[in-house]
Amino acid sequence: MSKLVQIFSSRRTWAWPYVLFMALFVILPLILVGVYALTDIDGHFTLHNFAKFFTHSEAIQTFLYSLMIAVLNTLICLLLGYPAAYIMATADFRTPKVMAMLFILPMWINFLLRTVATVELFNMCGLPLGEGALLFGLCYDYLPFMIYPIYNTLQKMDTSLVEAAQDLGASRWQSFWKVIVPLSMPGVYSGIVMVFMPTVSTFAIAELLTHNNIKLFGSLIQDYITTTDLLNYGAVLSLVLLIIIGLTSFFGDHDAKEEGGGLV
Amino acid sequence: MAKTDFIIEVNHVSKQFEDGKYALNDVSLQVKKGEFVTILGPSGCGKTTLLRCIAGFQVASSGVILLKGEDVTQTPPYKRPVNTVFQKYALFPHLNVFNNVAFGLKLKKEAPETIKKKVRRALKMANLTGYEEREVDTLSGGQQQRVAIARAIVNEPEVLLLDEPLSALDLKMRHDMQIELKELHEKLGITFIYVTHDQEEALTLSDRVVVMNEGKIQQIGTPTDIYNEPQNCFVADFIGESNILSGTMIRDKRVEFCGQEFDCIDTGFGENNPVEVVIRPEDIYVWRREDEKRGKILGQEDDDYEDRVPKGKFTKWYGEVQTCIFKGVHYEMRVLTPDGYEFLIQDYHEFLPGTEVGMLVRPEDIQIMRKEHYIYNYFEGEVMKNGKVRFLEAEWDVEEKQLEGFEAGEKVQVRVKFRDIDLQDYEEEGTLSGEVHFILYKGNHYHLTIRTDEGYDLYVNTDDVWDDGDRVGIVIPKNKIRIDKITN
Repeated sequence: MSKLVQIFSSRRTWAWPYVLFMALFVILPLILVGVYALTDIDGHFTLHNFAKFFTHSEAIQTFLYSLMIAVLNTLICLLLGYPAAYIMATADFRTPKVMAMLFILPMWINFLLRTVATVELFNMCGLPLGEGALLFGLCYDYLPFMIYPIYNTLQKMDTSLVEAAQDLGASRWQSFWKVIVPLSMPGVYSGIVMVFMPTVSTFAIAELLTHNNIKLFGSLIQDYITTTDLLNYGAVLSLVLLIIIGLTSFFGDHDAKEEGGGLV
Repeated sequence: MAKTDFIIEVNHVSKQFEDGKYALNDVSLQVKKGEFVTILGPSGCGKTTLLRCIAGFQVASSGVILLKGEDVTQTPPYKRPVNTVFQKYALFPHLNVFNNVAFGLKLKKEAPETIKKKVRRALKMANLTGYEEREVDTLSGGQQQRVAIARAIVNEPEVLLLDEPLSALDLKMRHDMQIELKELHEKLGITFIYVTHDQEEALTLSDRVVVMNEGKIQQIGTPTDIYNEPQNCFVADFIGESNILSGTMIRDKRVEFCGQEFDCIDTGFGENNPVEVVIRPEDIYVWRREDEKRGKILGQEDDDYEDRVPKGKFTKWYGEVQTCIFKGVHYEMRVLTPDGYEFLIQDYHEFLPGTEVGMLVRPEDIQIMRKEHYIYNYFEGEVMKNGKVRFLEAEWDVEEKQLEGFEAGEKVQVRVKFRDIDLQDYEEEGTLSGEVHFILYKGNHYHLTIRTDEGYDLYVNTDDVWDDGDRVGIVIPKNKIRIDKITN
């Protein structure tokens, strides 16, 4: 009986469900992707799938295009999000709460619904769907993920640092660039990672907002994986994407943890 | 540009916040070049606001601030020739020590060689040589403080503003830094304006001390002036320990308190006028009464009371030691006289509780202050139709005979003795409620300032013990309210 109590009061015991979940739904699929990438349709070991990617110009072009869209979207989100976060963090009274609410409100609705609504909005206004609509939709969906980390770091920043800069002879503009911006970089890094990673692998938004005319890397993977005889090649594309995302998160990581620039 | 001897002139500056409260109320202060001035006061007295107005972080609601004779009231902080050492240092966490100190010089676009030289010199002054490459968050509190000082003085400001710079350090460190700051001030020869709530710090460091309370300057003077000749009860009570008693100035150089007459050296208080008497606890001579009777030795070798106690025709008074606490250098005693006055006394000798002692104080150690208010609270009132009187934003019952000769609606003067106001533990029990705002022990009773919720001050004398900030209900018995015609 006491042994049972000991087992249940141990923290280690309660980690098991999660470990099991991770093993089944994260580690196992990753191994499967690796195995599929390294085998042919009959299950024999081969490196042919990798070789195919480097000679397959359509895949490489789509890949580069997706990267460009993701970089562009991240940049737009940063340019729109930083000022918004700055205003929210420095405004007095109730303004930040109202603004935070306005940014959070769209997130209450499922993003697929929002995207469908965006399509309808474009149709209603007679605007063409395509690259512009795609960027608008991506930005609309991912802007809050840029604003929040930046807002968090800015809000926690000690105002006396800005005063110290002004005291030492910095104008408002100088103290912004020399103190506020460098100190908010952890938030900017987390924002970049949180916008870039999901955009690079997105496919549903692209399909809906471009009527399937523009193919992103995510859609390409989806196409290959759902076609049974090209499943192994699709696995290779997934691995390529995974490596890129892995690299980005590594880039954001070492600074992001310092100032707690996370979303929450 | 007007020529002036003063580097900083603060003329009738007020700062009112959005809620209508004054952080500064008509403050005027002149600071000479090279002076070390300390602004001293309890928290919330407006001292930091005053400093921030001089630095430019806050703009005065009215009044003028001059720097070297030039009006800077509206000038933004980066254009003022002053630098600040912030309370929590405010060092830039993304820069190392060198770049923190070089921040101001880089903004001025000075040559890298000059910057290097100046930074090195500033760090040397702050005793931080060799720390150039350290990240600021790896430094101790004292070292961070030094970086903050170096960062400010490297710009060669004409005025250095220090906002409670030592409050985050431990006691030992604080003492060391005090000495260093004093030396730094002498070396640099620039003006220091130093804000603190620590009276010891203020007295040790400054050429002049500015005592503030509730947004107003209470007294400006040298540390000795402030300590020996406080101008009002607040200063006497805030700086050091003191015995504050109500007395009467019989004539010039003669004062009466605790039932006896004393010689003093103050003049100009008129005849038979009520005054406040301040005696510092270390200025009271004390001896065992039985030794006086026998004219004998005090216990210690060759420590005759006749030698220790000044000779001459001084007024003596007697009491019994209640408590005696060893304080390191001296003993601190509470002595109660037969008429019920309590005195705080510090002496190098121990007198055990129960000992009958004699006391005397030399005339020059008696400090006389004008009484700001005495016996009565005065209020503006109005006679109501229902036979009540309205004052302090409340309606009060009064005796009918008081209202004879007054008509409803007439404005009147109301007076109530300090003694006649009752304070209740539960605020609901009072006609008004308020808070204990200031407590003064007057030897045999407490003199309280009560601030009502509507913001009025009233004075209450009581034997009961209250704490600062206690919520009280205010009751004034019907028969204690006096109504007078308004006289001008």
